[in-house]
This record gives sequence, structure tokens and C-alpha cells, in this order.
Amino acid sequence: MIKVLFFARVRDQVGCAELDMELPKGVSDVAGFTATVKAMGAAFDEALSEPNVLIAVNQEMANSQMTVEDGDEIAYFPPVTGG
Amino acid sequence: METDTHQSVETTISIRVEPENFDVGAEYSRLWERSENSGAIVLFTGLVRDFNADGAIDGIILEHYPAMTQKTLQTIVQRAASKWQLEAVTIVHRVGTLLNHDQIVLVGVSARHREAAFEGASFIMDFLKTEAPFWKKEVTPQGDAQWVDAKVSDQRARERW
Repeated sequence: MIKVLFFARVRDQVGCAELDMELPKGVSDVAGFTATVKAMGAAFDEALSEPNVLIAVNQEMANSQMTVEDGDEIAYFPPVTGG
Repeated sequence: METDTHQSVETTISIRVEPENFDVGAEYSRLWERSENSGAIVLFTGLVRDFNADGAIDGIILEHYPAMTQKTLQTIVQRAASKWQLEAVTIVHRVGTLLNHDQIVLVGVSARHREAAFEGASFIMDFLKTEAPFWKKEVTPQGDAQWVDAKVSDQRARERW
């Protein structure tokens, strides 16, 4: 199972904060997993297609080639604006 | 030979993310107590401005990604601590609903010399603003709330390091 989290504007766009998803067979990297999430519907596809969306795997910034394994936590969010 | 960097500094780090307001005097005292070998303390506080590029605002709402915030701030502090041999570091960052003029963030550092303390605090703030997973929503006087876009100037400030 993969725990998927959405924050800030991305959460508003997809309409949910957290999902549990099975890691589909044959999917082993961030790009593949993100394609699976996008396929869940138009809102997901639109939100995660924005060029500035950031991805973290297990609370660390990730790129699309990074490996995804069962049990990982994957988060999608816009550029940060704290401080 | 006289040297000021003979000591290998063990940095004491305090990081808190919470809705409550903070007392700068109390934070300073705690930082000072942890800074027995330092010659300088720098404290920075960030406040909620009452305007943005489009006009007046009426407070902000701050959210974050708790598990990642803690990890990211810890990494940023450790980088600053080893670069400037900081003796103690305190970060307090608030989340939730804040009003105009409220305190948002406090960064305090101590070091042997003031340059290290100023630069260490500045480095931590620049990286906090561009890497720590916090997001601001601004509330307009009409009561609407809009997500704040990341600023290019913040990115540039980070790149100077």
C-alpha cells in the first residue's frame, strides 16, 4: 500500500487530502506512480500536470526517476511559501 | 597558537511548529542559556504583513506537512550549524490562522562571532522559505482566501549561498 498525500492548492484541486493506493504491478518509479494517480480522474490529472507541482517520497524531495516501493509515503504539493 | 575555532561545537537544536504565539524574550533567554561559548546571538522574527501585491489582506492561514517539516528544518539547521559552527539554534514556526501583525516565525542562533550568527540565521531563513513544506493562504478583507504563490526573490535569496 502507498500512502498518498496532497497539500495546499493541490489538495483543493483534487478534493482530498489523503489516499491509500495499491502499488500497481510493473510500477516502480515516481513517474509511473504519478501516472497511476492522474488516471484516477480529471481533477487528479489536471492538478498533477501543473509544471510546478513538487513530489516528496518518504518526506524527502523526489524526482520522477526515483524508486517507489510498497509502504512508501508519496506527497504532492505546490512550491512552498512559509516563513 | 590562538584560534577561535579550536572547539568542535556540538550544536543544541530546538525546533517547534505549533499554533501558539511565542514570547521572544523567553526564547532569547533559553537560547542564551544554551550559548555558554558564544560571542553573539542573532534573533529574527517574521510577521504577517497587512498587504500583498494586490492590496490589503486580513490575515493568513498556514498549513504544513508535519513529518516533512521537522525533517527538512533539521537538515537545514545541521547544514548551517556545521558551516558556521553554531552553538545553539532555535526555530519556532506557527501554523493555523494568524492575523495581520502576528508573529509567524522565529529563528535564533548563537555563534562565536557576529558574522557567523548573522549569516547562519540568514541561511536558515532563506532555506526555510524555499524548502520547508509550509503553505500560506491570504485572507482578503472580503473574506476570500487565496493561496500565495512562491516568490522568485526568495529563490534568488537562497541561491546566493
